Amino acid sequence: MFEFTSENLAEFQKILQRYSIKRAALLPALWLVQKQTGFISREAMLYVAGLLDVAPAKVYEVVTFYTMFHQKPVGEYHIQVCRTLSCQLLGSPSITEHLKKRLGIGLGEITTDGRFSLVEVECLGSCGTGPMFQVNDEYHENLTIEKVDKILEELK
Amino acid sequence: MEQRLTKNFKVKDSHRLEVSRAQGGYQSLAKLFQMKPEEVINQVKEAGLRGRGGAGFAAGLKWSFIPKNSGKPVYLTVNADESEPGTFKDRYILELDPHLLIEGIIAACYAIGAHVSYVYIRGEFYFPMQRLQAAIEEAYQAGLLGKNILNSGFDLEVYIHRGAGAYICGEETALLESIEGKRGHPRLKPPYPAIVGLFGCPTIINNVETIASVPYIIQNGVQAYRAVGTQKSPGTKLFCVSGHVVRPGNYERPLGYPLKNLIFEDCGGIRGGKKLKAVIPGGSSTPILDANDVETVLLDYESMEAHGSMLGSGGVIVLDDTTNMVDALGNLARFYAHESCGQCSPCREGTGWAAKILDRMLSGEGRPKDLELLRSIADNMAGKTICVLADSLSMPIWSYMKKFRGEFEAYANPNH
Ligand SMILES: Cc1cc2nc3c(=O)[nH]c(=O)nc-3n(C[C@H](O)[C@H](O)[C@H](O)COP(=O)(O)O)c2cc1C
Ligand code: SF4
Ligand code: FES
Repeated sequence: MFEFTSENLAEFQKILQRYSIKRAALLPALWLVQKQTGFISREAMLYVAGLLDVAPAKVYEVVTFYTMFHQKPVGEYHIQVCRTLSCQLLGSPSITEHLKKRLGIGLGEITTDGRFSLVEVECLGSCGTGPMFQVNDEYHENLTIEKVDKILEELK
Repeated sequence: MEQRLTKNFKVKDSHRLEVSRAQGGYQSLAKLFQMKPEEVINQVKEAGLRGRGGAGFAAGLKWSFIPKNSGKPVYLTVNADESEPGTFKDRYILELDPHLLIEGIIAACYAIGAHVSYVYIRGEFYFPMQRLQAAIEEAYQAGLLGKNILNSGFDLEVYIHRGAGAYICGEETALLESIEGKRGHPRLKPPYPAIVGLFGCPTIINNVETIASVPYIIQNGVQAYRAVGTQKSPGTKLFCVSGHVVRPGNYERPLGYPLKNLIFEDCGGIRGGKKLKAVIPGGSSTPILDANDVETVLLDYESMEAHGSMLGSGGVIVLDDTTNMVDALGNLARFYAHESCGQCSPCREGTGWAAKILDRMLSGEGRPKDLELLRSIADNMAGKTICVLADSLSMPIWSYMKKFRGEFEAYANPNH
């Protein structure tokens, strides 16, 4: 079973008022779910479908379309390395390789202690300060191997 | 040169209302509310402001497409999806001068008769989103948003809508679908959003930088706006320089500014003493320029076109002479294959196929027929789909293979 906490339910009610149709609150509602539990379970999709009076399939369709919505838990620190051209030119492949080695995981995997997960993503709008990655909500830019090590140390 | 969009970027706490106001923020509103909405539209038309999101469509003209008295609400949606590789400018407006954007939103909404505006921000931009959210709250508290703004009788609500990771949602109709709670699938046009847009109502979609350019026009007038730039491309624009330069970053320059000066003076030239090989001038989809083109091309819509490319979003990616062009094109093909929404078969199949061929060539398994195949894939994607994402890969395929033919031939004939 999934339910919004009373705080998130209140937030959801506020969000509804921003739109003239209920369904428009779907992306914000899914963000709230993900904030509450870290990912979006089948139960949560059914719950949101009920709140917004849309077919569960429509919710599923949306969750699977957007890469930032997770259907499974990710690591406590979810690392997303930009692999697009400007970052690649400045060495993003070596940053990814280094992370794989340091964390002992491949792309799309989580460390056994659940602390870190690693993926490659497309351009994050930070091309002038590449190579870069995002850890949860935070950008880390102008990366070097040394800087990556320092960031990992601080997160440990 | 006078900075218009970036003038507050280096001011301490420039994102705060108090600081923005001390720098002259929101002063254009007094003039705005003296004008009739049609006058605002005309002023923006005469100023010649062109959309900064990529296509360069005249902003005032677009606004004039909103039907009068349709009886439906009108919406302004601001495009802060900033997802075209090489582009990183809207982010700094959101982070460093969110009040300039809000001031522009008020003017644009007043002009088109919108009382609700959504700013669509890509999901990854968490910090810029927080900055804008805080600025919106400050503006409400100061009576700059909400009911009866500064006693003008004009009401306006501004909301942020957060995306969730999908390049295609930068395409304006996919963006509308995304606000409506759906997958970001571009719509067939016509009807255009100005007639049938968000929730079926007349809607204007403009890029962040376009909207942020409006307060200057209202405050200083058409002549002042046109004092820099060219006749057909007036005003200033943000150019985002990335890749192999000494000083990458955002540069506000008048349109018509030489690309060569941008790269070799402002950005300090090529890193590590290398030579310039090529430049992608306006975001990843724009045709590539070689070192010869860079000698003469100017940063305006017309000169770019004359050189076979486009000004696009202003995302300038600089490549030095060690860059492998097959690898660069492969990177972009993978990007477009990943981001295709999948509605149209030429795009869904073509982008993936091109990426596979380039990957195979890069792994040393190229075949002599590959170049012809790539060209025919590009031919079969362009102009045949619902949106121009497919064309966005066709253009690089054609131009890279034309300008750097030898490199592609070598990969297609690995045993020679
Ligand atoms: C695939 C695709 C992606 C786009 N991405 C963006 C984007 O990230 N930001 C943007 O402002 N415009 C983007 N556009 C252009 C928009 O569709 C639209 O033309 C623009 O937001 C209009 O604003 P403007 O007239 O102020 O430039 C994209 C277009 C396409 C086809
Ligand atoms: S061209 Fe590609 S991205 Fe655009 S609508 Fe068709 S499949 Fe989707
Ligand atoms: S290419 Fe990496 S942030 Fe744009």
